[in-house]
Order: sequence, then structure tokens, then C-alpha cells
Amino acid sequence: MALDILYFAWVRERVGVGAERIDLPDGVSTPLDLALWLAARGGGYAEAFSDPSRLRCAVDQDIVPLTADLANAAEIAFFPPVTGG
Amino acid sequence: MISVRVQPEDFDVGAELAALEGQGGGAVASFTGIVRADDGVEAMTLEHYPGMTEKALTALADQAKGRWPLCGVTVLHRVGTLKAGDRIVFVGTASDHRAAALEACTFLIDRLKTDAPFWKKEHRSEGDNWVEARARDDAAARSWD
Repeated sequence: MALDILYFAWVRERVGVGAERIDLPDGVSTPLDLALWLAARGGGYAEAFSDPSRLRCAVDQDIVPLTADLANAAEIAFFPPVTGG
Repeated sequence: MISVRVQPEDFDVGAELAALEGQGGGAVASFTGIVRADDGVEAMTLEHYPGMTEKALTALADQAKGRWPLCGVTVLHRVGTLKAGDRIVFVGTASDHRAAALEACTFLIDRLKTDAPFWKKEHRSEGDNWVEARARDDAAARSWD
């Protein structure tokens, strides 16, 4: 199933793109699984995703834990803790 | 009345307050956030998650209306590059009495800082850096749980 991945702030800068579409890889069922799968691409992805504890994520525009279920997700976003206001 | 806006343009605090005063309540409270010139900050760039940002801010306004008897809520956040001294955020509430207006206003700005997808990048003459989230902001937001 196709999944849109969005990146924000320093995650976007390290990865080098703001968004991409992938087919959910076998064995990836949570945002944490996906972060580790992305880190394995190396380069900027490794820099962005090597320490998932620094990341937050939203699935279909709701903030959820990295251990949430990705089944049926259409969009996931990875970003650092938010700093608005 | 709930009004949520995310925009690069500046806003008129007087006009925002007047709109809240016209909601029929007896009390209006507001918070305006300004870009500080801390440690040589000359400007900052606000990035956000279009679509989710508006949804998150509307959810916060709905939560505030569920907790306090409010007749008006305005949440306005600027995005893009802002200079030191520029307005960045406005939260305004209207209610029959001051306690609800003041408490709801504090709730909204505390929760906005941890629940809405905005990120600040500071620009100084020596370089740029992404602002780190602060534990005391998390604590303030969780105090409303």
C-alpha cells in the first residue's frame, strides 16, 4: 500500500526532501519500524533517523507514539518535538 | 465563534480584540507572543505542517470550549520569516466572566506550544539553529491534563 512520508524541520533538512511516497515495506508495522528502515538507507537518512527517541510523528495528521499501528495509514510525518507559540 | 488562522501576514491586535468583545460576553482575555531578540536572534523562520496545523489548533479551541463557557476563541499563528520584535502568535478568549477567559487563554497558549506542529529556526549573524523543545513547556501543557 502506498504511504506518503512527510519530513519537517531538521528531519527535512537532513533527508533532503520534504515528502516522498513509498510502498510500505514488509515487516514495517509501526513508525519506529519505518524510522529504522529509513535510517538503513544511510547518508542523510541515517543522520535523521539513527536516534528515533529524538523524533515525533503524526499518522494521518494526528500525533501518535512511535509504536502506533501503521496499518491503513495514508500519510505519516516525522519531525522533532514542536516549538511553536 | 471559533476563529483559527495560520498566515504569513501580521495581524491587528485591536481588531482581533474588538471581534471578541462583540461576542456578547463580559470578559475578554488575550495573549500576544513577540519574537525575542535573545542572544543575538535577528529573525526566525516558522515552519508548519499545512493541514494538520489548522486541525490541531481547531481541536485545541474545541477543547477550550468544552472546559470553559466561552463565547469566542481566536487562535492566530504566523508562519514564514519574522524579525525580532514582530508579533508571532495571538490567542484570545471571550466569556461572561474573567476567570474562564483568563484560564482558557492560558490553557490555549500552553497547549499550543506542545500540540501544534510548528518549528522555529533562529537566525543569528553567526548562523542558524533549530529551537529545541523545553521541558518546562511540556510541564506547563501537562498541568492541564
